[in-house]
Order: sequence, then structure tokens, then C-alpha cells
Amino acid sequence: MGYPHKSHPRETPVLSKHFGDPEARSLEGWKARGGYKALAQALHMEPTAIVDIVKASGLRGRGGAGFPTGLKWSFMKIGDGKEHYLCCNADESEPGTFKDREIMRWTPHALIEGCAVGAYAIGAETAYIYIRGEFTEPIRVMEQALVEARAAGIIGKNAMGSGKTIDVWVHKGAGAYICGEETALMNSLEGKRGNPRIKPPFPAVSGLFGKPTTINNVETLAAVPHILNNGAEWYKAMSLSSPKSSGSKLFSVCGNVAKPGNYEVVMGFSFKEFLYDLCGGPLPGRKFKALIPGGSSVPTITIEEAEAIKMDYEGFVEQGTMLGSGGVIIFDDAQSMPRQLARIARFYAHESCAQCTQCREGTAWMTKILERIVAGQGTYEDLDTIFELSEAMTGKTICVLSDSCGAPVVSGINKFRGEFEALIKGRRSSTVAMPGMPVGAR
Amino acid sequence: MSHGPSAPARTPGGAQAHHEPYVPVFTDGSARTAELHDIISRYPEKRAALLPALWMVQQERGWISEDAMREVGDELGCTAAYVKGVVTFYTMYHQHPVGKHFIQVCTTSPCLCAGADDVVKAFLEHTGCKELGLTSPDGKYTVIEVECLGACGFATPVQINEDCVENVTPAKVPEILAGLT
Repeated sequence: MGYPHKSHPRETPVLSKHFGDPEARSLEGWKARGGYKALAQALHMEPTAIVDIVKASGLRGRGGAGFPTGLKWSFMKIGDGKEHYLCCNADESEPGTFKDREIMRWTPHALIEGCAVGAYAIGAETAYIYIRGEFTEPIRVMEQALVEARAAGIIGKNAMGSGKTIDVWVHKGAGAYICGEETALMNSLEGKRGNPRIKPPFPAVSGLFGKPTTINNVETLAAVPHILNNGAEWYKAMSLSSPKSSGSKLFSVCGNVAKPGNYEVVMGFSFKEFLYDLCGGPLPGRKFKALIPGGSSVPTITIEEAEAIKMDYEGFVEQGTMLGSGGVIIFDDAQSMPRQLARIARFYAHESCAQCTQCREGTAWMTKILERIVAGQGTYEDLDTIFELSEAMTGKTICVLSDSCGAPVVSGINKFRGEFEALIKGRRSSTVAMPGMPVGAR
Repeated sequence: MSHGPSAPARTPGGAQAHHEPYVPVFTDGSARTAELHDIISRYPEKRAALLPALWMVQQERGWISEDAMREVGDELGCTAAYVKGVVTFYTMYHQHPVGKHFIQVCTTSPCLCAGADDVVKAFLEHTGCKELGLTSPDGKYTVIEVECLGACGFATPVQINEDCVENVTPAKVPEILAGLT
């Protein structure tokens, strides 16, 4: 169906097939659409056999890192006598990304089924879905679906009559971007401040409550039942980029574009056709200028670079950026890149957990410099300072929030240096009149 | 978490609110106590119920006072100082009373492209909130900027208490406010 737009004929709606269809939200409606067949099948399989299918499908993590899901699951040693946990990362907070929100709003049972299959495959009896606190509607929908699934005996002490225990619970966050980082998420779930943990130990060794844990993104888990139903070969074959990137992927598109929304295409789709055909191109009278294609943490690219991209994990890297979460932020020729990048830096400064000096000080300092440039008070040395800062902030902290601040900013300055220099020279003001920096920037 | 546009909610002259005696939420036999115990049973450690317990307090009392932190700490076996450490980490827990309608306008990049700063101005103007984080004199509204609401394709999204309003423009603000009860 598609939401908010009808599916485009060139989309491949697997996960998004029932977006916008309220009937798919109920247990009955979901079963009528083929729901819970995969779980019923999975509960009669050996967990390792499920892991093997997911491995063979080539499914990679959809949260941003792209780690092979089957391989991640295989790190969990079944029968080690320890409690295992599955965490579903539904803390979708990466600016530009809103795909998990729609999966949970429209197809809550798809996620419950994915969680139940995943939990069983890794030897866990409990799965927690950690949903960001701002997602009030997705939380309500998920809670309601869990009540239904529990009442129907699909999950619980005797899941689908299999004699196996699979509990699934929603855990509501309380406003912290960093809790989307897997170790911060676990700390938050344990009732702590959401500070990331030093790795190793990795979660598969010592995760939630110190026990072996797997953390998977919503979209990753929601894809698993489809793979079990249709087979690993089907998942691989639909991709134009097999075997490295397989299956379909949801891309959230926002910013200055004719038709913002979620689009599901097969891996390897042409980004140029995606932007102009599916998403309707730029707004009337405007031209695309720059993109941040994988959520705000990945390097900024020009529209020319974007048009050459093949939409898979490798294709984005070839053009100097990353697929990331699939959150495509588009800026047109009316936008000031210095202003936009200053705002992105401010986001990271706000969201730094403040554990590591490089991040706590670096993100704040970078924001200060960028806002100074935007205000027409910058110097050429400021640009050099940003580059030095970014060096000092990259690869030196417990998690990658610090790196994520530098990536879009440094690449943005490299590619749109003229806009920064124009502000520094004071020859023209930023395209969008100042004062335009956040109203609360006091 | 000290930088950024989302000025924490403050209350002018809110001192009196601090002096009102605190009414415990988790009293013996109350529905909230039963709910808390049910939630505790989902985890191997009691402390994992801390975020949910704080949500319950905020739903009941509107904000989380130091007395509330002490109560929650007693329920879950941690100190009030520990609870405060957690409360202050997360942006959604109110450490001061806020207006009846808590309005959070997303102004992160994709929304900035769509003119979110004008939406902020419109809310400040039509609510009578003089500045971000302050509650209107009638106690009805508090407006803050919020970092990415995760609804970037529906710019500008505005979270009002438990509801997310999509595609908000300055022109729609008066109508949205009129619809709040």
C-alpha cells in the first residue's frame, strides 16, 4: 500500500507492503496476511538451522553498521547454561531516519514475529524492544499488539504450543539519542544513565545484565520472517547487488524534496532514478544541491556524487559516504550548507553523553565555531581548527558519536568550501537570512 | 547533555510548587504499585524498572521532584542520588513543573529545511510563552525545541504531550492550539 504515498511501481514492498493499512495492525489482520507462519515453522526447527538460513540470505544489519545478521547470531552459544537476551533497537533517533517508526506503527506483529524468531534462534527466552520515548504512537501500537499476541499464546510460556518460552516486552526510553548505541541501550535498559560501554567485552559475551546478548535493529528483525517464508535464495535473488548486499531496504527521504516519505527498493537500485523518479525530484523551481544519505552521521555528498550511486552498502562507500540507516536528507540550492551543518553539529553537541573529553568538548567547540562562521564572524583559521578538531575526535572515543559529528561537517566543508569562505569574506550573507540559528541558542 | 537548543523547562516563581507536600505514587495496594511490581517481574534485576517507574511518576505528578526520586529509589533499592543521576541524563523527564500542554517542536536539520524555526516562533507567539522552556502565565503551555523526533518526512512534527502532530506549519498553529483540551 505505502504510506504516506502509494507504493511506486518500481518499489519492492516487502516490509512496507502493508504500510497505511490499519487492518494489518491487528492479530487477525496480520494472520490473514500470512503472519506468524514463519514463527510456527521456526519453533520446530533447530536454532542453528535458522541461523544458517539467515546467514545464507546475506541479511545485514539495517541500523547503520551493516554487520551480517546470521554471523552476529552465531556468536551466541546455545546451551552454555547462561541466560541469553535479545534486544531490539527501536531507539530510532538518527536525524533523517523514520522507517522503524512506520514498521511499528503499521505492522507491529511483523516486529513481534521477528523478535520471537530471533530470540529462539539465539537461545533467548526474553526479548526487549527498546523504543525511544518520543515514539508515543508506535509504543501504543506495539503494546496493544503484544497484549493480543500474549493472549493468543503466540508468545509467552508456551509459545504457539511449542513448550518454549519466548517473552517479548516493550521498554520505553526517555529521550537520549545515544541510547541507540547498543551498549548505551543496554545500560539504559538496566536502569542506568545511557553511557556507552567500552568494547570488548562484546554483547555476545557480556551484554544485558552481564549475559550474552544480541542487539538487532527493527528493520533487520522484521525482515527475518520473510526470509524464513520465502527462503534465503529468494532474498538474495531480489537484490541487484548480490551477494554482498541482499534483499530490499527501506529508505526514509526528507528535506527539500517533492515527495518525502519511506520507499522500499532492492539493494543495488540506481540512486539517481530513486531521487528523481520515485521521490519526485526537487521542489518546483529548485535544484538538489547536497545530500546526507545515511542519517546525519555519514559524510555529506554533492548531488553529482549522489547520482552515480548504486544503492547498496558498497555503492555508497564508493562515493565517499555510507548507506548508514538509509535516512536520506536532501538540501536544495536555497539552503545554506554552513547553516545546515552548524545545526547538525549542534545536534551532536546536545546528544553527547559527555563521557569522553574528545566528544564532550569537541562537539560543543565545533558547534561554536560553525555558528560563529554562520553569524559572519568566522576566520579562515576556524576552518583549519575544525579539521584539527575532527582528527582529534575520530576513532578516539568509546563510541562513534564523536566521529559522527565530524563526518558530515568536514566533508561538507570540503565540498562546499566556497559557501564557508563567502561567509568568512563577508561578501554575502548566508542564503537564508540570519538570525536563523535555533531560537533557543542562548 | 548540557548544550543545545532544548532549554530545560523552567517555572518562574516555581518555588511554591516545590513546597507543596509530595504525595507518594506507590502506596500499598494502589494500581500503580501493582503495575510497578508487574514490570519488575519482567527483568532479572529490580533496577531495570527505573525508567518505567519514573514514567509512572511523571504521568501521575506531571514532573519528577526530589521527593519522587527518593520514593522511586526506595521502591527499587537505589539511592535518591542515583535516581537523580538517571533523571538528569534523559531529556524527557521534567525536573520542574511544566504547562498542561507540553509542546516540543523538532528543529533538527531536516525540519530546519522545512522552516521549523518559524513554527517555533508561531507557538511562542500564540501560547503566550515568552521564551523557550518557560510556562505561559496561565499555566497551560510550555514550548521547547526538541532534537529529532524521528518523523523527518512529516516536517515539521510537533509532539504535544502523548501525541505527535505531523506537517505543522506556522499557519496551522492557532487551530492546533484551539483543539487542545
